[in-house]
Amino acid sequence: MPPATASTSKRRVIPWIEGILLVLFLLLPLAVDDFWVLFVTRAFILGLLALSFDLVWGYAGILSFGQALFFGVAGYCCALLATKAGITSILVLLPVAALAGLVVSLMLAFLVILGKRVPTTVFVALGTLTGSYVVERLARGWSYVGGQNGIPSLPRLTLFGHEIAEGPVYYYFALAILALIYLGLRWLTRSQFGLVLAGIREQEARITFFGYHVQNYKGVVFAIAGLIAGISGGLYAFHEGYVGPGQLGPVLSTQVVLYVLFGGVGTLIGGIIGVSMIDLFSYYLSQIWETGWPIVLGLLLLIVVMFKPTGLIGFLVTARERVGSFGRFAPELKDAKKPQAAATETP
Amino acid sequence: MNPTSGASSVLEVRGVKKIYATLTALGGVDLTVTERSFHGLIGPNGSGKSTLLKSIAGAETPTEGTVGFLGNDITQATPAERSRAGMSLKFQITSILPMLSVYDNVLLAVQAQDSMLALLLSRTREPLHHRIMDMLVQFRLDYRPDELAGALSHGQQQWLEIAMALAREPKLLLLDEPTAGMSPQERRATGKLLAPIRERCSLLIVEHDLDFIRDICDTLTVLDQGLVVDSGPTQIVQNSAKVKEAYFHA
Repeated sequence: MPPATASTSKRRVIPWIEGILLVLFLLLPLAVDDFWVLFVTRAFILGLLALSFDLVWGYAGILSFGQALFFGVAGYCCALLATKAGITSILVLLPVAALAGLVVSLMLAFLVILGKRVPTTVFVALGTLTGSYVVERLARGWSYVGGQNGIPSLPRLTLFGHEIAEGPVYYYFALAILALIYLGLRWLTRSQFGLVLAGIREQEARITFFGYHVQNYKGVVFAIAGLIAGISGGLYAFHEGYVGPGQLGPVLSTQVVLYVLFGGVGTLIGGIIGVSMIDLFSYYLSQIWETGWPIVLGLLLLIVVMFKPTGLIGFLVTARERVGSFGRFAPELKDAKKPQAAATETP
Repeated sequence: MNPTSGASSVLEVRGVKKIYATLTALGGVDLTVTERSFHGLIGPNGSGKSTLLKSIAGAETPTEGTVGFLGNDITQATPAERSRAGMSLKFQITSILPMLSVYDNVLLAVQAQDSMLALLLSRTREPLHHRIMDMLVQFRLDYRPDELAGALSHGQQQWLEIAMALAREPKLLLLDEPTAGMSPQERRATGKLLAPIRERCSLLIVEHDLDFIRDICDTLTVLDQGLVVDSGPTQIVQNSAKVKEAYFHA
């Protein structure tokens, strides 16, 4: 944990970053070709997955290596409904994706989080990793869901009979969902509930001795994150037109961890920046060095994680702003005066 | 939590043993803390003071014996359940939340009584504001409520943690070495800050500083090698021959 500083600067950078990114994303399809529209749409969808991981790790201290599990299960559920039952309406499939992510995350939460005693970080990490690995192996061997090949050639999503085609329409649709969920999470993490999460992240034992049922809070956050990962999985499956075992497994789960570490943990916006930057770096590096680019990317990630644990966002945002304040009521604290009588005895 | 007899006292510890593998940290301790009393717990290093305090707070589960609180058997209750029942603990090692503001540290303690939904909707911060500021004023921390708690001096961090423990409005406050690392001047100030809470709750305090204990505690229990050497009014216990032999090596 970085040491606390005496900084009480009111300078706020994150709202500026959020505003600039929103304007940039709104205008982008007007300035780039279809390739980049698809590229950034994919980043929005994976950004949702990154938000789900940032919520559990950056705010509640749950090291989950299972976010891909919720993502992939939701993708498979939607793909099966579309291919077997012919359901393509987003009004059905998006709630199904959310529900699938929610149900699977609750099942996993009962196994690894909601015991009587507080589970260790390593136990949760290994438990979620195992869940992700097992379900991926199951999918690879289960012919009903396409085995190794997954389920290809998914039909397009529809809204009131109109297709939501990949391109600008899907782009703005994904951006709208990302923005809504982002705002929802911003509200959640800045509420008094968010203060409890911040407390859990910093001093879990202390929070327990205040009377908070820490596991219940963690369970709720884990379930919300599962729901978001589910929505992301559903959107991803139809954007790519395909769902496969790789979307369930530890590789994607680990990739999400890197997205958030790279961008900046515990800021929400850091995850989205992480996805965008890593995907951009991957694309350009692969153009320069077709076979060896993952080595360069790996080194880059390692450097950031080692020397800037707060991620890229840490270059712009102070520790005080990352902490922020909690609750709707913002009392005027600035006018408080230094105590007079106790001056000689104040430590 | 099951009802027990003898509900007149706040805390009743009966025959508590704590054994770690081959080490007996507590060998059957009895302890009673009455309503609105300040009870000191002293003893040499390794005598079992902190283990006893942890067993009372729920950080450790006794190997044998019972812990009764406000007439209920809480031996198997979790720390959260004990806290909600009216018990509050200040750890030996300062356990404030350094990356949160001073104000939010206390808010976190005060809002623990509220439901998850109320916290989700942030409905309780405004009604709790005056209670938080009163607590900060009482512990002389009101002049920089938006300061990060980690930027406070060691003594102020100790005060903040006592304020956080008291903000829960407990019936019993457990303090584990609250003046550790403080100067004599700061210790005197801490004694003055603690005095008014007698009106509201009982106090069980583990402390090495005997002068501090003499100044604020009405009753005293002396532990040595996991057993109670003596217990009773402070003035009598501190002069007992058994205590002088065990604790002062006189």
